[in-house]
Amino acid sequence: MLTKVHTGLDPVPGVWWRPAHKTEKIWVAIAFAWCMVLFAMMPLWHWKGGQNPSGIRTRVDPQAFYARTVAFAAQHQVGMDRGIPIVAPPPGSDIYLTALSFMWYPILQLEKDKEYTLHLSALDVNHGFSLYPLNVNFQVVPGYDYGLRVTPTAGGDFRIICNEFCGIGHHTMVGRMIVVDANGATVADNATATLQQEGRP
Amino acid sequence: MTAPAIGADGFRTCQSTGRQIHAAAEPLIKANAVVSIVTLLIGATAALLLVLTRWQAVHLLPAEWYYRLLGVHGMNMLIFFIIYFEMAVLWFASTVLLNARPAAPRFGWFNFGLMMLGTLMVQWTQWTGRADVLFTSYPPLKAHPVFYLGIILFAVGALGVTGQFFATITLAKREKRYEGSMPLVVYGAMTAAIIAVITLLHGALIYIPTFLWSLGLIETIDPQVYRMIWWGLGHSSQQINMAAMVAIWYMLGALTVGAVVLNEKVSRSAFVLYVLFISMASAHHLLVDPGFGPAWKITNTSYFMYMAVLASMIHGFTVPAGMELGQRLRGYTNGMFDWLIRAPWGDPGFSSLVLSVVVFGFVGGITGVTIGTEQINIIVHNTLRVPGHFHATVVSGTALAFMGATYYLIPLIFQRKVAFWGFAKLQPYLFSLGVLLLSMGMTFAGSFGVPRRHWDNSFQDAMFDVEMSPAVDLVLAIMGIGGVLAVIAAFGFIAIAVKSVFFGEPIGTITRGTPMVGVPHGLTHPPTHAADADARNEELHAPARGWMGPTPGTVILVAIFFVAFMTYYFTNWKLLAFLWRVG
Repeated sequence: MLTKVHTGLDPVPGVWWRPAHKTEKIWVAIAFAWCMVLFAMMPLWHWKGGQNPSGIRTRVDPQAFYARTVAFAAQHQVGMDRGIPIVAPPPGSDIYLTALSFMWYPILQLEKDKEYTLHLSALDVNHGFSLYPLNVNFQVVPGYDYGLRVTPTAGGDFRIICNEFCGIGHHTMVGRMIVVDANGATVADNATATLQQEGRP
Repeated sequence: MTAPAIGADGFRTCQSTGRQIHAAAEPLIKANAVVSIVTLLIGATAALLLVLTRWQAVHLLPAEWYYRLLGVHGMNMLIFFIIYFEMAVLWFASTVLLNARPAAPRFGWFNFGLMMLGTLMVQWTQWTGRADVLFTSYPPLKAHPVFYLGIILFAVGALGVTGQFFATITLAKREKRYEGSMPLVVYGAMTAAIIAVITLLHGALIYIPTFLWSLGLIETIDPQVYRMIWWGLGHSSQQINMAAMVAIWYMLGALTVGAVVLNEKVSRSAFVLYVLFISMASAHHLLVDPGFGPAWKITNTSYFMYMAVLASMIHGFTVPAGMELGQRLRGYTNGMFDWLIRAPWGDPGFSSLVLSVVVFGFVGGITGVTIGTEQINIIVHNTLRVPGHFHATVVSGTALAFMGATYYLIPLIFQRKVAFWGFAKLQPYLFSLGVLLLSMGMTFAGSFGVPRRHWDNSFQDAMFDVEMSPAVDLVLAIMGIGGVLAVIAAFGFIAIAVKSVFFGEPIGTITRGTPMVGVPHGLTHPPTHAADADARNEELHAPARGWMGPTPGTVILVAIFFVAFMTYYFTNWKLLAFLWRVG
């Protein structure tokens, strides 16, 4: 039984809790099923997929985290670029990256296809970790240690762009990350890494 | 023709719609609408300068002013323009649509005064460089205390008006100003009001301690907790918009093509789903944050198993289907799309409605659900893809719907003709085309890793060089051109609104059936239904018409939408799979 023809501007007299037409029912059912697919994809990707933002998450004192980063950099330093140490930690280890206005400290040199636990945190304000040109993005929050298990599957000379507003020098905040093969040779340069980006929509 | 007489009870009768409009309600609607347009002007001016800066080939502003105006743009567009307009919508829906008087109009002016005071305080701190913390004002970045206090006063005033909305609809019911259940459009506005309460409480919860922190009375604000609660304001305020926008969709459909409500149960249930689940979307901003685990992220980002997406997909069907059925009942029965082809495309109320639905759904909705997926957010967070998404929802969705509503408010409430009528007919097309280009330019640039809220894409002063693909220059130019078009259309809209309201020609007598310059088609040719509409409706619903039912055209349209949705969604999973392993 249909309600009397009326628009959304008219008050509705009487009982309007009436069964919907079959067409509407079908659409609601399809939409509901699709919502379940959308929902299921996320746990499914945790189980089968290779890219998840889970990580090991702890609170940390920003000063203590920075001190740990500096000690870590001193321990594994292999070079220097623009006053920032290049650090080559052993595969499988915990590695540290501190964001501070307006730089990323230190420069990490990782081996391709090896897993590391990358600890991200900030010394002062919020920053944004954006690995360019791969486009991998994480929020870096002072007081929180985000320990992400990363395995670089492509080599190259990467940039870390800050993509969270952190003050007037925000746009100058660019860091560097290098991925080499097991012999220490750079497996690809930045230009090749840029090429991988080309096919994206 | 003199203005219609106001009776002893304070009501006048609208000549176009026959509604009872109260003399104390009208100035409140007008004041909120006018201030809304003024803040839109400020926001649009900032928008022009910003887009001409991000368009790297132009790169207009110095860094300091880029970040400053980015904050100004955010506050004026996402808070002031839109919430003042929503206050006008709440007053309009609770009084005009219910033929009712406003509850405590003088308290309404008090609340309006509070909101104005808050607005001025925020503008002062932002323009004088005392609040260079952008719209989100994440601590430990700190602004002048007056900035936070201004937002608090604004929120308190808005909360007061929301309370008055509930009082007014209660009064209307008690005084029997309407029979039966309130109209669907008012129900939608009420949904917006409930979400507004949730939102503004989050605002108070986070801005009061932040204000005390800025005064030095509290030592620290946890940056992660701030981000969580602040987005309960920042994202949820956009959900007030969305509920208000959907209500306006139903309203414009009714006014322009006589759109009917297919099934009250379905549409109202969808609004209830918004109330229950939409506020969980604060999690969309925290998907790659260190403070929350996967279970929390998945539950919240999906609005508890995508129940709010279900609601939007329901409205995405019932709004066009209501228009189709309304048109079919009025005799446009040929084929699949005769009802759509022969719709009043020259009525800016109608074109705004259609373009708002299409761009909100196809661009804003699909991208929003996709980038709000926990893992996909890794390739999206804080890139230009994010503003690419929300300009399609908030600008070409909400703002355009509000513009469409304004083309009807001018004759109905301000009782003026719409000025620059020839341009007004084109304005929605120009605006949505501009926003569409802007949005797509931003989305593509973001896929290349171009960050949002960033002054210099050439990275000239950066410690290390960043080599951008040449394609980025192209998509940023598309963004720039789209942004300029959108701003021209927005300025045009403001000129129309200001000229009509302050210097406009009085509406005079509307002769039905004769097109009039400055009067929308829906008022000169009211889309009424014939006396035998109920019988025709029964016929269209006959089981013999098969599963496509009374609205086969809409079935085709939503099928196209659904295919686009699935394609975009799974393409993004595929792109994600190419990345490094991370977890």
